[in-house]
This record gives sequence, structure tokens and C-alpha cells, in this order.
Amino acid sequence: MQLIFEKSRAGRRAINFDALDVPEAKLAPELCRANAAALPEVGELDVVRHFTHLSQRNVGIDDTFYPLGSCTMKYNPKIAEVVAAMPGMAKLHPHQSSSAAYAGTVQGAYALIHELEAMLAEIAGMKAASIQPIAGAHGELTGALLMAAYHRDKGNTHKDTVIVPDSAHGTNPASAVMAGFKVVEVPSDSDGTLHVDKFQAVMNDRVAGVMLTCPNTHGLFESNVARIAELAHEVDALLYYDGANLNAIVGQCRPGDLGFDVMHYNLHKTFATPHGMGGPGCGPVGVGERLLPYLPGPRVVHHDGIYSLETPEKSIGRIAAFFGNFLIAVRAYAYMRFYGDEGLRDVSRVAVLNANYIHARLKHAFKPAFGKPFMHECVFTAQPQAEKGVRAMDFAKALLDRGYHAPTVYFPLTVKECLMIEPTETESKETLDAFCDTMLELARLAEECPEILQQAPITTPVGRLDEVKAAKDLNCACL
Amino acid sequence: MGSWIPTTESERKEMLAVIGAASIDELFSSIPEPYRMRGWEIPAGLSEMSVRNLMAGLAGRNTADAISFLGGGYYDHYIPAGVDALSGRSEFYTAYTPYQPETSQGTLQSIYEYQSLICRLTNMEFANASLYDGGTALFEAATMAVRIAKRNRVVIHPSVNPTYVQMLKTHAANLEFDFVTGDDPSGAACVLVQNPAFDGTVRDFTALGDRCHAAKALLVVSFYPVSLGMIKSPGEMGADIAVGEGQCLGMNLGFGGPYLGIMATRAEHVRKMPGRIAGQTEDHDGRRGFVLTLQAREQHIRRTKAMSNICSNQALCALRAAIYLCLLGKEGLRDLAVACHSKAEYLKAKLDFAQILNEGPTFNEFAVRLPMDAHLVTSKLLDRGFLAGLPLHDVGAGETNDLLIAVTEQRTRAELDAFAGALKDAACN
Ligand SMILES: Cc1ncc(COP(=O)(O)O)c(C=O)c1O
Repeated sequence: MQLIFEKSRAGRRAINFDALDVPEAKLAPELCRANAAALPEVGELDVVRHFTHLSQRNVGIDDTFYPLGSCTMKYNPKIAEVVAAMPGMAKLHPHQSSSAAYAGTVQGAYALIHELEAMLAEIAGMKAASIQPIAGAHGELTGALLMAAYHRDKGNTHKDTVIVPDSAHGTNPASAVMAGFKVVEVPSDSDGTLHVDKFQAVMNDRVAGVMLTCPNTHGLFESNVARIAELAHEVDALLYYDGANLNAIVGQCRPGDLGFDVMHYNLHKTFATPHGMGGPGCGPVGVGERLLPYLPGPRVVHHDGIYSLETPEKSIGRIAAFFGNFLIAVRAYAYMRFYGDEGLRDVSRVAVLNANYIHARLKHAFKPAFGKPFMHECVFTAQPQAEKGVRAMDFAKALLDRGYHAPTVYFPLTVKECLMIEPTETESKETLDAFCDTMLELARLAEECPEILQQAPITTPVGRLDEVKAAKDLNCACL
Repeated sequence: MGSWIPTTESERKEMLAVIGAASIDELFSSIPEPYRMRGWEIPAGLSEMSVRNLMAGLAGRNTADAISFLGGGYYDHYIPAGVDALSGRSEFYTAYTPYQPETSQGTLQSIYEYQSLICRLTNMEFANASLYDGGTALFEAATMAVRIAKRNRVVIHPSVNPTYVQMLKTHAANLEFDFVTGDDPSGAACVLVQNPAFDGTVRDFTALGDRCHAAKALLVVSFYPVSLGMIKSPGEMGADIAVGEGQCLGMNLGFGGPYLGIMATRAEHVRKMPGRIAGQTEDHDGRRGFVLTLQAREQHIRRTKAMSNICSNQALCALRAAIYLCLLGKEGLRDLAVACHSKAEYLKAKLDFAQILNEGPTFNEFAVRLPMDAHLVTSKLLDRGFLAGLPLHDVGAGETNDLLIAVTEQRTRAELDAFAGALKDAACN
């Protein structure tokens, strides 16, 4: 397909502005750019066709089943788009929060933030939450900074280490480093979970915090988590909960009750806000008693029927300029109010039911990576098939040919030839059955005609792309 | 109670039979019993209709229709209809990160085009696929400069948005960064400048760039994309890293987000740049295609050694920016910048009762000292339907009488006249 720049014709344009109704003003030439930026010169229909055609070379949840493990690709309800577009939300200027003079103009937004933060805290058994962090990884960084602030305040200057399991998402160690910590990896046991003895071996007084995902990225609940929390708390280390997999347990158990001190939520996962080709997301941070004084500020507070802003005395400060990805939070709030108490509990129940159903239907054709019961996602290893020449990536590509998005492959790094399948609760039994039938068919083809998988995909707009060439002949912009 | 869960009771039973479990509860048996939840305080669910009414009620308690002169880094620009129509296509907004490039060419090509547009706008050579927002992009730029220069000093020029400065300090609280204010590059990793400045002043930082390079420091320029329809670009000033808040490129003000963190750099530094990058390549039949490239910089590969922890970014916002810039085009962006600047100058000239605080020329925003407290004035103007601007004292950037006033293409001459009159009435009586 052509680039938009290749469709440019000198003098053509889409948008016009009204004729200037004031005299034209000019800046001194030395402050001005030499030439106008070389933006494409195209008509509105050129732009509309171009991006429509691009969209047709893409696949989203609204098109097809998207079982991308760890990403919780559930249906994004349309009502959430409608409410986020209401002018009373979409058109609020963020500096309407900067001056008390304007506080009266944003009472609805403050009420929403206040209620949403309280609901998030309640759902996870935390004392409070802040919607400032902009995505999951930003929430992790915020959490790590909160841990650092706590230890600084307590004079724990020797605490310089954060423990993460080897199955952790890459953002966990990267966030800990950005917050100034050294990272020690603790290996998972062969059963896919953390064992207390391996954990004890790396636990010492230098440990400032421990970052866990639960269920972990193997799809398994960390049954020893409460004991690990005790061990951490014995040396005044804090326990961090990566909320990427909250969809598995929402309404069933709460990180706060398990002993976690701090966490992030992925509103774009658990609470169904659209993933937008990779973002925007929203990664609120939640804290228990210990970290309450350090929360990012300013925060919305409620006195005598009026909402206003206050910054906690020991706050780490602003992690976002204002209220993070506010319009994403608006969508999540609408979603939570729609489902409510009973509905949210059913979310995790059916998410876990669906993953277990896929596991039950596929377990004889694909080797489950672990023998323990899976929660909201099931993880297989295509190692047996790979030994015969059909790799996890080949299964992924063959699924594309059959109209599905692929599962997550090659993550977590702890599982060889990993296929990580997360169906979510919004898929019907027919969809799951059709997908399982396809997977079983692919398992058969892997034995009988492996080249069908190895040569896939053949029905997509392009075939497998040369990534080595992309990195070698680096071309990242049409200049 | 509403639900988007399609599975019926009888289907649940069938599925449990296949699994070999007696109940859904049994599937949660790996959660130790003492931690199974007993109760929580979450309100009962609502129908879609009730949700809409509830949200309309909340939205109705906000004021979003005042005639706005609020800026301070975030601007009330017109968003062409095509931006919502195209970015709202669900093939875009319900997709995720392009992990499978063959079914994500729409995403990948749009990122590539976005990167190209940003490079053309800034006169830089490489742009990434987006960061969270302008403030975090500035922090990432400082971190990148520290990594490249192998020095810890980060010099913050007084032109930088004070909120960004707070964000920098929050993010770097546990890193050994030595923040100093000023413009002396000696011994520093970088000097961070903003153009136009937070108070709207336009400067040429070319000479500072030369001084930075002589001192082996990097020049980081935080820019306002719309202003680049007119003013000298970061690349023309010799910037090593250009970052910016992309809200003005087709994003709703949305009370703070989602916005768009823009970052671009020179070829020599691209391997030290954080964030995703799309690159052009081809498939086995020689067809042009796009993939994520240079991934060895990123957290999913490098973990503790990654350039940043960023994973989800602001891809849909980058798409909106790309569509916006295509719709405006070369002439349109220039016309837009001229309109913003001219209208701001027109208003500035009318405010003869106030003292202009800027040191030099301004683009579309300027700071004034009023004859009385800016809070009192803004409150009075609110009653007359205006958001009069940002009282600078509230953001730690001025005295109690100081007000930052921004003007976009949306303001008509009649509105400017009415506003100037109302401001005079309020401030001088
Ligand atoms: C387990 C896990 N942790 C953290 C993250 C990071 O979240 P985000 O992409 O919102 O930054 C992800 C995202 O994919 C994840 O799967």
C-alpha cells in the first residue's frame, strides 16, 4: 500500500480555516522556521480512504477472537465510548483543576475520580487508589517510587533491592530499575509457582520490595503468597501486586487481604477500556495502610458536599500532570457501574471457566506447560511440535490465516515455545469451540503437513516480514 | 444488572462437564480458603440506559462550554471531524500492540507515517511510536541524555513548564540525578528547554545548542507542535532530542488525558531512545511491510537493561495526531499557526490596563500582571462565561496578580473584544 506522502499533490488541501478576522501578525524571521514542514498535501477523501484502507489491514476485538494471553482482550462496550465523548467530560481543560477559582467547574469530574478510586480500593482490598499513573508500567514505577519513599522516610537506607520472579513481565524489573533499585530474580519452581525455600534464599535485610503477579504469568495462582508476604514483612520489605491478571480474581479474593501493600490496576485489561493498537491504557496505583501517606498528589477529597484537591503531606508528588488518562478512567467507571457487585464477580468466574474449558479441550493435543489448575489463561508449550519443526510462531501464523488473532507466544520467557491463551469472559461457547477445533486441526496438520503452518500466513495483506532487514537497513521515517 | 457475558447457565454446565469440575467455584480451589472473599461494598449493577443517565449527570456538573483562554501546555484547538471518524474505526481502537505484524499493517504503517510526520515537523531523523505525555517524555529525554552523556547533571532552563519540573523530580526521586536550574551546560548531561516557554515566550536556542555541544552536553527541546507551523523547529536549533505534548494534534482536552508524548532524536542516538519504533521492511515476495524494530532496547527483551519500562503507549493518540496532521497538511498547519499567533497579538494589544510579563515575543500565549488578584478576576469572568486563563501563582510560576492567557484559532474577534472588555471591567473596578 502507498504511503500518505506518496499521495501528496502540491497545492491540494483538506481543512480550511476562516479568513483571518484580525490583522496578520508576524514573528521576527530569526525565530521562524526556514520552510513549512513537509506535511502531505492531500484532500479529505484521500485521507479518509487512506486510513480506512489501513484499518482494513488491521484486526481488533470487534473483528475476531483475540486470545492474546496477559493482555485481557475482552469486548470493549460501546456505551463506554459514548460516555467518554460527552462534552462535560471530553472538553474539560486540565488546568480547571489547577486553580481553586475553577473548582466549581469540575465537581462532576472530581466526584467520578473520588468514587472510582474508592471502588478500585474496595475491589482490591486496598486503603486507597490514585488514577494518576498512565499505564500499567507507569503504575509499577509509581509503586516502586512509593516503596522508595516509605523506606527513605523510615531511614531504611540500606534497602536497595527488589525481588522479581523470573516469570515476571519485563516491565517489572525495568520499573524497579527506573525507581533506582537493584533487581534480583527468583526462579519459579518446576510446577510454575514460587516456592518458599527459593524465596527465602534471596530474602534479606537489603530487600525493599517484592513484585509478584497473581495469578502469575503462567496462569497459576501463587498459593504461597501469604507466606511470602509474611517473609517480606519480617524484614520490612513491601509486597507489590502486578494487577495485569486481576481479571482472574476480581470478586473472588483481594490482593490487600493476601498481604499486598501496593499494586497497579490495568483498567484497559480488567475494566474493558479499548487497547487502541497499544494504548492509551490507564494504570492506577492502589496502596494499603503503610503507603497511604505517600500517594501521588494532588488527590480529590470530599468535605461537606464539595470536592477539592489536597496533596498528602509525604506525597511523592505528581506522577502525571493531572489525573492520568482521565477519559480512560471514565470508561472504566461506566463499565464498573454497569456490572456492579454481582456482575464483576461473574467476570472472573466466566474468565476462569473459559480458560479451563480451552485447556480441557486442547490438553491432549498441546502439552500444558504446568500440571496445576489454570486460572484465567492457559499456557502450553509447543516444544514437542517444535522438535519436529513446527514452532509456536508457526501455530500463531496459521491462526491468522484462519481468521483469529494469535495467542501470546514466547512469553513468559520461562516456558519454551510458549503459547499463552487468554479467552476472557466475553467470548461465547461457540467461539471457544470453533477456536479449539481450529487448534486441534492445526495440531493434526503439524504432524501431517507441517509446511502449511511453516508457510503461514498466506491470506494476510503481507506474508512473514523480514525483521533482520528492518533492523539492518533502518528505515523508520519517510523524510 | 447488565452483563456482556454471553454464556448461559446450561452452557456453563456443559463446559464444567468437559472440564470435569462440579462447579465454577471448584476452579478457584488454588486460592487458599482463608483468602476467599466474603463480601465487598460495590453497588449493584445498572442497565446501559441508567449508566448513560448517571454519566450524563456527572458530566452535567462540569463546565465545558465556557469561552476558554486556558492554555499552559494544553490547548483548545478545533478537531476536524475526520479525526474521530477514522481513529474511531474499531479495527484500530480495539486492536492491541502489533505483535503479529501480518494482521497489524494498519497499526504499523500508521505508526511509521506518524514517525515520519513528527520527523518532518521537528526536522529530526527518528521518532518513536509515542510516549505517555509531554511531561513523561521530558523525563525520558533526561534519562536518555544521562545514558548517552554518562553524566548525572540535568540542567532545567526556566522556560520549562513547572508541572513538568515537578514530574521530573517525582520520577527521578530515587535516581542520582543532579537537577540544577539555568542554562550552563558545562559538566551536564543535557540542558532542557521549552519553546515557546511556559509563559509563551519564543526564543531561538541555537546558540545554547552550540554551547551544549561544545560542552558535550545534549540540547533537549520541549516543543508545542502547533507552534511549529511557524517557529523555528528543534532540529533547526540543533536539538539532540525533541519532545513535546501532542494533545494539540487532535486530542480532546479530556481533563488531562489521554494525551500524546512525542519524542524524536538524531540518527546517532536512536539505539538509546525509549519506546516502540516501527520500521519498513518487506515480505518474501518483496511486498512493502512494517514491523516493530530495534526491540533490543525494550523491556520485554532487555528487562533491567531496557531503555525504559514503557509497554502500553498512546498509539491511538499517535494515530489521531497522524490523521490530524494529514488533514491540515503543509498549508493548513501554517494557516493554523498564523491564526493562533495573530489572534493572540490582537488580544495582547487590547490589554493596555495590564502589564505584559514576557521578556520577548510570544506565540499564542502570554503572561500579564493584573491590577488585582487573578483569582478574583477569573471568578468574575467565569460568571460572564469565560475561562479567563491560568492564575500563575497557583502553579508556582508567578505572583497572585499574574494570569497566563492563551488564544487559539477557535476564538473569534468578537470573543476577543468581549473578553478584553470583561477583563478590564473585572480587573480595574
Ligand atoms: C503481566 C503484565 N504486567 C505488566 C504489564 C504492563 O502493563 P502496560 O502495558 O499497561 O504498561 C503487562 C502488559 O502487557 C503485563 O502483561
